[in-house]
Amino acid sequence: MFKDVALGQYYQASSFVHRLDPRFKILALIAYIVAIFLSENFYGLGMCALLLLLTIAFSKVPLGKVIKAVKGILFLLVFTAIIQLFFYKPNENAVVWVKWWVITITDQAVFFTLFLLLRLSLLVMVASMLTYTTTPVSLTDGLESLLTPLKVVRFPVHELALIMSIALRFIPTLMEETERIMNAQKARGADFESGGLMKRAKAVVPILIPLLISSFRRAEELGDAMDARCYAGSKVRTKYKKLTFSWRDLLAFFIMAALVTGVVLFNVYLGGVV
Amino acid sequence: MKALEFKNVSFSYRKAEEGKTSSFAVKGVNFSVEEGEFVAVLGHNGSGKSTLARLANGLLEASDGSVEVFGVPLSEQKNLFSVRKNVGIVFQNPDNQTVASIVEDDIAFGPENIGVPREEIGVRIEESLAAVGMSEYKERMTSALSGGQKQRIAIAGVLALKPKIMILDESTAMLDPKGRREIMQVVKKLNKEEGMTILLITHFMEEALMADRAIVMNRGEIVMQGTPEEIFERHDELETYNLALPPIGVLWKKLEEGGMPVGYALTPEDLAEEIAKCISKSSA
Repeated sequence: MFKDVALGQYYQASSFVHRLDPRFKILALIAYIVAIFLSENFYGLGMCALLLLLTIAFSKVPLGKVIKAVKGILFLLVFTAIIQLFFYKPNENAVVWVKWWVITITDQAVFFTLFLLLRLSLLVMVASMLTYTTTPVSLTDGLESLLTPLKVVRFPVHELALIMSIALRFIPTLMEETERIMNAQKARGADFESGGLMKRAKAVVPILIPLLISSFRRAEELGDAMDARCYAGSKVRTKYKKLTFSWRDLLAFFIMAALVTGVVLFNVYLGGVV
Repeated sequence: MKALEFKNVSFSYRKAEEGKTSSFAVKGVNFSVEEGEFVAVLGHNGSGKSTLARLANGLLEASDGSVEVFGVPLSEQKNLFSVRKNVGIVFQNPDNQTVASIVEDDIAFGPENIGVPREEIGVRIEESLAAVGMSEYKERMTSALSGGQKQRIAIAGVLALKPKIMILDESTAMLDPKGRREIMQVVKKLNKEEGMTILLITHFMEEALMADRAIVMNRGEIVMQGTPEEIFERHDELETYNLALPPIGVLWKKLEEGGMPVGYALTPEDLAEEIAKCISKSSA
């Protein structure tokens, strides 16, 4: 069940996208998300999807891996779809497709639901692309660099970046541990797959508690190991990796700018989805 | 020169209570390690041997007595940082001492902390990885490595700080025989070729065979000291401390003494292989 969680995993490859500056990639992700939410019709969203597909192609990350990210929020998608289908308030031009008992489904509701699903899917896919193509360390390096101005107000930028990179680093370790604990509990007759929501939620407790305890132990050992390797905060620290903007970032910047402009133009000239 | 010296060191994890002596993890320990020496510290669980490692680089502060690294006492806070540069520790669990997801970033962590310039860090990463035989893994993900490989990366991470003493605190305890052998080979090479002072803390008797000197701990006190040969000859005494040399270790030692230089082996399969290699070499 945990193999579906794609967030926070790096896919090793050497590609155009991998070599982009992490700072640019973070800003590009924000711009992309803005573009997704600005889009009011399928043309704008289609353009976002096209760019995402191109990005995936140029990143050498297998498409299946990116789609896996959507699987992770499948429940949310289904839930949203149901709500939208039944509770969408159509205007007077709507054509009724299904009418049964209290349920009315219009063409507008269907289009709008599809639109929303595409929007959410694009959102998780593009976010997973960031973590697939950027190592956690350069991701946090980028974040640290972008947040540097906050140091003026004594915001602990370096510490925050370190916490993030360690959290990302421990995702695979804790996943492995969770599977191990689950197997151990299964061997003792625990049942995670049947029963109602409450029963399943209760079944999780015997996994969470050992996981929590072992995490504390890990944290303590990691702290010792960091101390032993002379960690003393950000005062004298140097950085091994230097971030540099290159022609790739400039090129990608123009593509992103074109996307946002395109989305706005589509909105102005072609109107909303329904 | 004395690289590491414990002078009548005691340590208790709890505040000492009146009249109670059993709460000491380490009690009145005296020993020293010469520069370039390879010393093994043996003891079963709870003998205080891991506490020793933590005392040696100031992760723990002695309740009594003093710890000196190259003549510099650890009790003073201002010395702590410079001492830690000299004393590297490799811990037991490879997963819990890796800070970064990518091998080179993890090795860079130590040098970054002490403010080594960027170009120099790059050189140190190359050197450390070469020393543990993992150069081609520079850009790999740490989570995808085997236990032995992770532990070699941990050693490289310590080497990047250019320490003079390396402490291995049960660093092979969680590894399979192959991983253990990998680590022991790296440690031996560091000691013989680079002249690194090694303090190997272990409960595997056979690992101590490689050391110049062995120290046996029981209930926080040093109970035996001497060359590994001397220690293992007193097996009756060893057994009272719940320690014993496994038969494979005995055989390995006997072969070496008998003039057959067999490679280091921890399991029957490994030893068989090493003997076969040895025979084919001598007949060739």
